[in-house]
Amino acid sequence: MAASLRCFLRSGKNAVSALGQREFHRSAPAAAQVTVRDALNQAMDEELERDERVFLMGEEVAQYDGAYKVSRGLWKKYGDKRIIDTPISEMGFAGIAVGAAMAGLRPICEFMTFNFSMQAIDQVINSAAKTYYMSAGLQSVPIVFRGPNGASAGVAAQHSQCFAAWYAHCPGLKVVSPWNAEDAKGLLKAAIREDNPVVFLENELMYGVPFEMSDETQSKDFIIPIGKAKIERAGTHVTLVSHSRMVGLCLDAAAVLSKEGIECEVVNLRTIRPMDVESIEASVMKTNHLVTVEGGWPQFGVGAEICARIMEGPAFNYLDSPVTRVTGVDIPMPYAKILEDNSLPQIKDIIFSVKKTLNV
Amino acid sequence: MLTNISNVLKACAQRNGAAAVVSARTYADFTTQATFEIKKCDVFKLDEGPATQVVMTRDEGLQYYRTMQTMRRMELKADQLYKQKIIRGFCHLYDGQEACAVGIEAAINLSDHLITAYRAHGYTYTRGGTVKEIMAELTGRRGGIAKGKGGSMHMYCKHFYGGNGIVGAQVPLGAGVALACKYQGNNELCVCLYGDGAANQGQIFETYNMAALWKLPVIFICENNRYGMGTSVERAAASTDYFKRGEFIPGLRVDGMDILCVREASKFAADHCRSGKGPILMELQTYRYHGHSMSDPGVSYRTREEIQEVRSKSDPISLLKDRMLSNNMASVEELKEIDVEVRKEIEDAAQYATTDPEPPLEELCNHIFHNNPPLEVRGTNPWSKLKSVS
Repeated sequence: MAASLRCFLRSGKNAVSALGQREFHRSAPAAAQVTVRDALNQAMDEELERDERVFLMGEEVAQYDGAYKVSRGLWKKYGDKRIIDTPISEMGFAGIAVGAAMAGLRPICEFMTFNFSMQAIDQVINSAAKTYYMSAGLQSVPIVFRGPNGASAGVAAQHSQCFAAWYAHCPGLKVVSPWNAEDAKGLLKAAIREDNPVVFLENELMYGVPFEMSDETQSKDFIIPIGKAKIERAGTHVTLVSHSRMVGLCLDAAAVLSKEGIECEVVNLRTIRPMDVESIEASVMKTNHLVTVEGGWPQFGVGAEICARIMEGPAFNYLDSPVTRVTGVDIPMPYAKILEDNSLPQIKDIIFSVKKTLNV
Repeated sequence: MLTNISNVLKACAQRNGAAAVVSARTYADFTTQATFEIKKCDVFKLDEGPATQVVMTRDEGLQYYRTMQTMRRMELKADQLYKQKIIRGFCHLYDGQEACAVGIEAAINLSDHLITAYRAHGYTYTRGGTVKEIMAELTGRRGGIAKGKGGSMHMYCKHFYGGNGIVGAQVPLGAGVALACKYQGNNELCVCLYGDGAANQGQIFETYNMAALWKLPVIFICENNRYGMGTSVERAAASTDYFKRGEFIPGLRVDGMDILCVREASKFAADHCRSGKGPILMELQTYRYHGHSMSDPGVSYRTREEIQEVRSKSDPISLLKDRMLSNNMASVEELKEIDVEVRKEIEDAAQYATTDPEPPLEELCNHIFHNNPPLEVRGTNPWSKLKSVS
């Protein structure tokens, strides 16, 4: 007894800290600060626990704890069967994930970044998205493709593309783009429980950002419905519609504009497809002005789609000026910091565009 | 005792002045089973191959004959309907390769899984689809197996995952199905087919790697019919030993025109998978009589003599028929009767497939999402708001 006590005391410090680490992503107290990374981790952990058909596969997701540590601790908890490290074979493992979904499992297929999903895009579109339709309802594909999307910091052209428009173009897919920790957790849980293919676009720059999470987010059944936008900030003069990291910039711009007496209503799309056009229309019918903000390229993008939809609906008659799109610059992403900073919308670009739209 | 009955029946027939009838020979006259010597398979990374002495029963033989003949007639009817423009788009016919589909199915269970590429009508049938619903799918009618929404290349049924139009994409899918089998611990396996053309796809090698690494219960089968569309195997592959292309996966090269060879090799492969050894690769050497698809006459890259030679020397249905007749396992009349029944079934199915109505326009947008509330789908113009239900 004395020997074991001595053992414990010697290792006690490590044991306690290890205990602390294991418990970390489970015991967040009410209204705590949770990073987007941990919110995603909680979502996967809870869904893995809830349904044994759910499993995660991708490069470095298991023993490395995830390239961006999003799946930290999951392999230790669930083991080789549920958390699978794959070789560098996107087309192969995406196809394997889709096949597993067809045969009754509920895979989460991680792309280290969505840039690499281009290797596998045939499996996402032709094998996952279209199959339910082609089979007239005989064969469903309950799969989530997730990973970081869009610009990061200094990773240059081949690692910075936004795929929201590419995937949202296709019927049969749902495309989700969370902004904050609450979005991340609620939408990822919803995506995993969804019986259809979901493309879940995260953002690497948001992973480490902490947000306050309300009490209700601690419930294991906390779900944010796919297809519903959220008004992050009410306003009266102009509607700002955005998704992912740009929502934060819109809120920052709104804070600055507020000081000048311009009240912006900020709409967080949360889902790109199906897009909650009704929420945008309701807002525009109130503010009469619309500015869309996205990180992706302008041509055929999310903002372009919003413009077209607004024109086709009742909100058009309420517009006092044409819709303005704020987008990434129409170039491959450069490396040098000054160039990269000027390739994406900055707060000043949003402020400038709002004022132009309002003609002030 | 049976001989006595048959004698009595014969006597009755004669007394009634009946003509020599088909049933003059009774079951008592036929051999119930026979042992056959089949070709030895080439093996790769295996100490032994499938058996070369195999038993086939009369019942099995009749069933294989009927199934292969049904598939043959179904494909020929599809050819006819395509030329009449009642079938449109892609139509890749399987005639000549029947021994592959029937031999494989004879070695596995319906509870196992199977996936193939676009030359899929035969497999849809062996996996449980009816001729009627297959043909109605080809003609794009509401009674089709995919309600007319899929067409020739996208037919599905239980534990059959199509029917896949993208060359090679079905191979990772098949390994994924096998992963699900292993994950669920149900002792099922997945048969995953591709052609000699697809065998050069990169994703197949990615799949070989993962299947071997994780010991997935998948039987990779290369149906080598010597031509990938218009390109012969010699012009497409640096190595045409497709059964060796799995490198670290054991392989078999099988005579795909002999249904017993296919069956034995498939049994061997299934045992391999079910014993937890991981994947195995089978190359079936087979031949298609038609061109790649209905838009390919099939004679610009191969000679009519070659096609004719295969037809006369290696036709799978003829091989089986000869075996059964020379071993007294069936009579010519009996097999002819099966032919007549098959022809009728195909005619009825074709009749159905040409008269069944097309899918209703109201269903245009259905089956986008599973288990979802109804949603609105944009039509061709902003005022066209269409309804979609699961």
